[in-house]
Amino acid sequence: MAQTDLIFTETERLHEFFQSLGALSVEPNLLQPADLLLDLYGEDIRARAYLTSDPLRGDLMLRPDYTVPVVQNHMQAGAIAASYTYAGKVFRKQETDIDRANEYIQVGYEIFGARDPAQADADVFCAMWQALDGLPLRVQTGDISVLMAAVGGLRTTGERKAALLRHIWRPQRFMFLLERYAGISPDPESRRQLLSIKNPLAHSKHNIGLRSTVEIEDRITRLRRDCQVAPISKTELDLLTGITQLNETYPNTLTRLRDFAVDLPGISVAIVRLEKRLEEIEKRSINTSALMFEASYGRTSMEYYDGFVFGFYDDSDKDLSLIATGGRYDALTCRLGNGSLLPAVGGVVRPDLLVKARGQACPLN
Amino acid sequence: MSVKLGIPSKGRLMEKTLDWFRSRGVNLSRSGTEREYSVEIKDGNGVQLVLLSAGEIPRELAAGRIQLGVTGTDLIREKLVNWQTIVDPIAEMDFGYANLIIAVPTCWVDVETLDDFDEVAASFRKIHGFRLRIATKYHRLVREFLKQEGVADYQIVDSQGATEGTVKNQTAEAIADITSSGQTLKANHLKILQDGLVLESQATLFRAKKYNLDQERAKVLAHFIQSVGL
Repeated sequence: MAQTDLIFTETERLHEFFQSLGALSVEPNLLQPADLLLDLYGEDIRARAYLTSDPLRGDLMLRPDYTVPVVQNHMQAGAIAASYTYAGKVFRKQETDIDRANEYIQVGYEIFGARDPAQADADVFCAMWQALDGLPLRVQTGDISVLMAAVGGLRTTGERKAALLRHIWRPQRFMFLLERYAGISPDPESRRQLLSIKNPLAHSKHNIGLRSTVEIEDRITRLRRDCQVAPISKTELDLLTGITQLNETYPNTLTRLRDFAVDLPGISVAIVRLEKRLEEIEKRSINTSALMFEASYGRTSMEYYDGFVFGFYDDSDKDLSLIATGGRYDALTCRLGNGSLLPAVGGVVRPDLLVKARGQACPLN
Repeated sequence: MSVKLGIPSKGRLMEKTLDWFRSRGVNLSRSGTEREYSVEIKDGNGVQLVLLSAGEIPRELAAGRIQLGVTGTDLIREKLVNWQTIVDPIAEMDFGYANLIIAVPTCWVDVETLDDFDEVAASFRKIHGFRLRIATKYHRLVREFLKQEGVADYQIVDSQGATEGTVKNQTAEAIADITSSGQTLKANHLKILQDGLVLESQATLFRAKKYNLDQERAKVLAHFIQSVGL
């Protein structure tokens, strides 16, 4: 069979498999309104997605993924709990590597509104596992909510926690802020100067732009307050750094996290989530003793993953291709639903990469 | 077939380019009237001059329609993805200095660094309901710079000219633009962020890399490069 036929067959097989699990097949439009996606994902998506425009509908985007339209579909239908599957092309500009595909098929499976997150996480993960059964793939998992819980448990102000949480997905700036709050890296000279002046706005003229004087004053007040705050302790800094570097099998992960929890009890709730999820995965006949957990996994891939995350890799491929990936993205549905909660977890498979991996595992003649 | 050298077609950049080559013993002179886009090269030995807009020179180099070109590093980096694989900088020409910088209103007394800028972007989005806007024509360079620096909650809005006026007109909150002396920024009540230098640029002679020349043209090119003392 030709490569394209193999990919087509694989696409059909996966799509039918997810339907057999009870998922409803949906097919959102290829052209999606750009404004919403740009507001959600920011400039990263503009660099990666094909933009076009329509005289009536404004800026449009060739769908860069299915997540947003599928969530919107679900919300508009007013459904409570449902699972969906889709199979079709997504489009991504490749700015650095001409050899990487700029259009490829994704087959996805998403569960919305499930009451028990541990069960839904396990359902999606095991669906992917079964869909890729028989291939020697490396499976990586993580859970961004562990680090989020650790930040939440720090003995510091809500403002500092919020600033750290905002940069969970930008590890470098996260560390930069953390070290500043721990008093390791000093405040910039300009800030000390600003705060040494009694009324910094006294000589300010030419107030131009949308950002108002009140906003500027408010920030200065916040900065004044923040410079009085006691630094984050060395113990807590070390714990957080330890968590970001955690990359172990599940039994070792749990041991390490329980150790961390002695000094950082805030992560206990995340440990319980991890244990429950693990239990559910094992119930579905997957041996988790060799499964890997990395606390920072998924932090740079998509801003809105905020819980369980996973990826299936073909290590025999020179590009270490990522054949399937997914996770929990309650933060995204919250933003899309203007603050209303819709638990959401899902994953996608790339049939083209799957076909390639099969070819390497057992070459077809 | 000759080897083509593209140089900026207008103003000071062109004059300085001509001077640069002249000082190295290559005589370029305008032919015809002041307004005719034509320059001759005396004793060019097979090198032909093409006058182009500085902004088009990257594209022409990438397409292989010119083999040599004079333009700013900023334009090469903005317009050519993986520019190192497409062109070779063979001489920095010591003029046309310009920095691509990020500037904010002077009245933002609380913002001097990218760190401040990032914090303000977060609260701006919360208060105004949209991402803080940066007006620029250097979309790629600015986006890559801010990504590397871990700045969030901003958006780029396109501005092809009079960028310094966008803040006052409330079509942007900040700008990213080329500046040499900073006078225009000052006049428009803007200040440069301390660590907001995206790129330092100057006029540079580039050679197209991608296309293999036949033996004869390769010789002409090598000879020309040698004759300007490189």
